[in-house]
Amino acid sequence: MQLTNRSKVVTKKEMSFMEKLYLPAIVSGLSITIKHLFKKKATLRYPEVTREFAPVYRGMHVLKRDEQGRENCTACGLCAVACPAEAITMDAAERKKGEENLYREEKYAAKYEINMLRCIYCGLCEEACPKDAIYLTDRIVPSEYARDTFVYGKDLLVEKMDDRIDVSKRKKSYHID
Amino acid sequence: MTSEIIFYFLAAVSVITALMVVFSKNPIYSVMWLIACFFSIAGHYVMLNAQFLAIVHIIVYAGAIMVLMLFTVMLLNLNRESEPHKSLLTKGIATVTGGMLFLVLLAAMRSTQLGAYASPEASDAGFVQKVGMVLFTDYLLPFEMTSVLFISAMIGAVVLAKKEKH
Amino acid sequence: MSIILFKVILIVLIFLISLGLAAYATYGERKVAAFLQDRIGPDRAGPFGLLQPIADGVKMFLKEEIIPTVSDKFLFILGPSLFMMTALMTSAVIPWGTPVSIGGQNFNLQVADINIGILYVLGVVSLGVYGIMLGGWSSNNKYALLGAIRASSQMISYELAMGMSVVAILLMTDGSLSLNAIVESQGEGKLYGFINVSGMNWNVFYQPIAFIIFLITAFAECNRTPFDLPESESELIGGYHTEYSSMKLGLYLFAEYINMFISSAIIACLFFGGYNFPGIEYLSNHLPQNVMSLITFVVLFGKILFFIFFFMWVRWTIPRFRYDQLMRLGWQVLMPLAIINVLLTGAAITFFGN
Repeated sequence: MQLTNRSKVVTKKEMSFMEKLYLPAIVSGLSITIKHLFKKKATLRYPEVTREFAPVYRGMHVLKRDEQGRENCTACGLCAVACPAEAITMDAAERKKGEENLYREEKYAAKYEINMLRCIYCGLCEEACPKDAIYLTDRIVPSEYARDTFVYGKDLLVEKMDDRIDVSKRKKSYHID
Repeated sequence: MTSEIIFYFLAAVSVITALMVVFSKNPIYSVMWLIACFFSIAGHYVMLNAQFLAIVHIIVYAGAIMVLMLFTVMLLNLNRESEPHKSLLTKGIATVTGGMLFLVLLAAMRSTQLGAYASPEASDAGFVQKVGMVLFTDYLLPFEMTSVLFISAMIGAVVLAKKEKH
Repeated sequence: MSIILFKVILIVLIFLISLGLAAYATYGERKVAAFLQDRIGPDRAGPFGLLQPIADGVKMFLKEEIIPTVSDKFLFILGPSLFMMTALMTSAVIPWGTPVSIGGQNFNLQVADINIGILYVLGVVSLGVYGIMLGGWSSNNKYALLGAIRASSQMISYELAMGMSVVAILLMTDGSLSLNAIVESQGEGKLYGFINVSGMNWNVFYQPIAFIIFLITAFAECNRTPFDLPESESELIGGYHTEYSSMKLGLYLFAEYINMFISSAIIACLFFGGYNFPGIEYLSNHLPQNVMSLITFVVLFGKILFFIFFFMWVRWTIPRFRYDQLMRLGWQVLMPLAIINVLLTGAAITFFGN
């Protein structure tokens, strides 16, 4: 059965004298390689220069705080439901009196864990989140020797007060409204 | 005086390496000693101011023929287990032949007159131009005969190497 | 200054230059390979990675020395030593420049101006194969043995074509085998009899076929790609040096680069006028003799470096030959071509008188 009309009949035709000499072919090959000598090099000198990430790069997650430094997450569980790899687990808790400066709303995540080995960095948690709480950033999850160290808790996920993480690029790419 | 010392040194090296060729148990070592022997003989040629002969000797014998020898010996992987058993008759014949050769050599040696070392006169007889002139004038016939011999050897090799047509 | 002292200094200098150049050829090879493949290459050790060869050398020396228990120990050590020795010996007959004058006395910048110069080179090159064969055989490893066998048959086959291509050059220099005479003959006379540029009467303009044959056989003799079958790492692991480690492996690799350096020097001397360059006559009339020697030396070195670069350039362009293709090229193409070239050259000299 003929599937396409792109097929070609292979022929082994006799080479002409010039082709048999091989020297013209070798010279053209040499000219191709010498052209590459003057081309821009693809290598990055890594520790000094790092490759720039695309704005849509999906790396390690961050749990955002708002302007006053309160955690956005309300432990609604939508991210955990949306997660196709079932990497996210959380425990919810009620906000006590005097904790208004810590959590934005009355309910918050007492425990929030992402298993970085299960995570496939699809970004669905970010899309599911109604509270602008979780974002994937351009940070890379560092490699470790033991598997259990890859379960990241709130200590690693929530952004530090003095080291806020800029996610404006990702916000722009998703929330067009 | 210096040339005499060098001559005796080279002569000793030639004799010792030639003996080692025979006495080495490992055929690879025999080949190596033979190469050393060729080098000492090339040294003798240089002493006689025949640089061309010396270098051709090295190129042809040490560089080509001995490489082929080494090649064969390496591929054959000769060792004690694979050595074919020789019958008593073969051993006897070998002894007789060797003894006869020894007698001939002894007779030849008896009739040679051992003189003192005389350093060769400086001459350019061994230079390329001279060798070429002599080869293509005085010794033209033997030279051409040798080339005919070589051609027949080459043709023979080609015939042997060529596959038989069924 | 006595002639012996001068020669000793010259020999030591050439020895050091050969080794230094071989060391930096390894760096150059990696850099050229990188540049031809749009990479940067080694750039961590020192500025632009210039200290890389020293780091490599130290590594080679400090690595553990392994001699296989089933190997023939004496031959195992003799192999790389012989290979290195023959590689270094060849440089003795190359004229490095015009004579220098020290204290009113003229010294040739050549270790030995023997009247069989080019034959000496061929002879020593033909001995180089012993280093590979002994190393390959004594390793007692089938890959090493295969590499050694390939090396020896390849080198013997290509030596013949190499010798025949040189004969055409010798016919052009009135049958003198001395490299000095060959180089000098390319510095005088007019190119093709009418182009009057001094120091430009190079053999390559008369003998392009001989040049191409010599170049191809030089690649084969140096075991360089596309003729690197003896050590083809994708088929034979490392070929004849599979079992070698530490500095013995280093000697093999080093000697290969020295061979490359020497063959570049010989190509430059035989076909590209050696130390001659256009305008040499004008300069030698106006500059002091020793400055002239230095300039000619630098010119020869420039030619050598270009050919070393060419060796590397070809390595990253042409893939390896198949074994039967290699033998067919050597015996059925290069050899008859070289003989025809000799015949044509002889006829041309006889009928047209140079």
